[in-house]
Amino acid sequence: MNTILKIPEPVQTFFAEIGELSYFSGRFFKEVFKKPYEFREFLRQCYNMGNQSLLLVAVTGFIIGLVFTLQSRPTLQQFGAVSWMPSMVSISIIREIGPIITALICAGRIGSGIGAELGSMRVTEQIDAMEVSGTNPFKYLVVTRILATTLMLPILVFFADAIAIYGSFLVENTKGNVSFLLYYNLVFKHLEFSDLIPSTIKTFFFGFAIGLVGCFKGYNCKKGTAGVGIAANSAVVYTSMLLFIIDFIAVLVTDIFYSL
Amino acid sequence: MKSYGDNNVLNGFNMELYEGENLVIMGKSGSGKSVMIKCLIGLEEVDSGSIEIMGKDIVKLERDEMDEIRTEIGFLFQGSALYDSMSVRENLEFPLRRHPKKFGIIEDTTPLVTEALQSVGLEDAINLMPSELSGGMKRRIALARTLILQPKIILYDEPTTGLDPITSKEIIMLMQSVQKKYKTSSLIITHDVDCARVIANRMILLIDGINYIEGTFQELSSSKDAKVQAFFK
Repeated sequence: MNTILKIPEPVQTFFAEIGELSYFSGRFFKEVFKKPYEFREFLRQCYNMGNQSLLLVAVTGFIIGLVFTLQSRPTLQQFGAVSWMPSMVSISIIREIGPIITALICAGRIGSGIGAELGSMRVTEQIDAMEVSGTNPFKYLVVTRILATTLMLPILVFFADAIAIYGSFLVENTKGNVSFLLYYNLVFKHLEFSDLIPSTIKTFFFGFAIGLVGCFKGYNCKKGTAGVGIAANSAVVYTSMLLFIIDFIAVLVTDIFYSL
Repeated sequence: MKSYGDNNVLNGFNMELYEGENLVIMGKSGSGKSVMIKCLIGLEEVDSGSIEIMGKDIVKLERDEMDEIRTEIGFLFQGSALYDSMSVRENLEFPLRRHPKKFGIIEDTTPLVTEALQSVGLEDAINLMPSELSGGMKRRIALARTLILQPKIILYDEPTTGLDPITSKEIIMLMQSVQKKYKTSSLIITHDVDCARVIANRMILLIDGINYIEGTFQELSSSKDAKVQAFFK
């Protein structure tokens, strides 16, 4: 019988991966509530992820604040709206730029790290060794990491937002002679909880996606040591793509919610 | 029975391991030895058949029950599989702290860790990281990690592969001394004829997914069968 429609192999692989990732996340929700809770490992992961990403996130946030203000200032000046700068910068950073840039940085820094670490543990049989010692490696390695990224990302985003706004203040202070107090008054004058809450909620999803994809790629790593590199690399690529999809959905949902 | 697609790796394989014996299983690369040993510990699922360990069919066990059985079975991996983010002490403490049912809650693990390291002659390596150890030392530490749970059965997956002849001999001697000290039953998968000669009470040759022939080292090494002779040339 002739085949009417043949689905190309990359498309088949893509959908197979989506299915496997869904199963993996289902297993996470099944295991997360089961005892024993790996609290010490969870705290260790939180510390590692938060502490090791702090400087990178801070530098990036600071530069974004500087660049964003430097580039927007001339345009606002043309319209005589420089006084809107603090509000515009803060709302842009808190609603969108802070969360997405921090998440992308963490996808590169944390997601690839998780993919490489778990991938290496898989190919050197350390995960099997954990299993035969009577420890559930999924709970110990995967659940703790996903929980840690989910919790740490919003904290890192808050930190990056604050640093970015400070960077913006430095430009305004240098170029416009605006005082710290005035700048922050203007920032908070137009900033509302409706800006902060949806963007904070989406950072939890960003963190979850970073942990989930990194763990999925590393935990299912194949093809020996070459597979470790592939796992780390594909963790970043898939996570970045997923972050933009989540961001789009989050913006859409927020928009629908506020238009009601 | 265990197959991957059309490839029947194990096809009617059958064996028994008696208390206190050293059973050696030999076979060509790709003959299914590692798959068989992984089925025994539950790392691979069999397609059909049963695996009875200490009176329990592990094929039907839930995860928690399997984990309890696993405290009675040690597994020495071919590549040692030490946790490379943990020191030697932490590697040994890891299984110990996770089985309060067997050992109770242990406040100070040092005596147990030291005893296990003494058994393999490496008590000075307690604070080293796996990256600081040689291949032979890694294998010994992995054996110490296996011993710390005081298992009744130890499964060795190619224990001397990748080691120089002198270190191989040391590992074989160590396996013998461990067996005497802890009164364990051992299942050893190996290509190493010297290892089999020294350690085997009984041997099985695994060919085409079945136990082709069974007997003592002397019986098998003097066999006229060409397939059997190929292993001893």
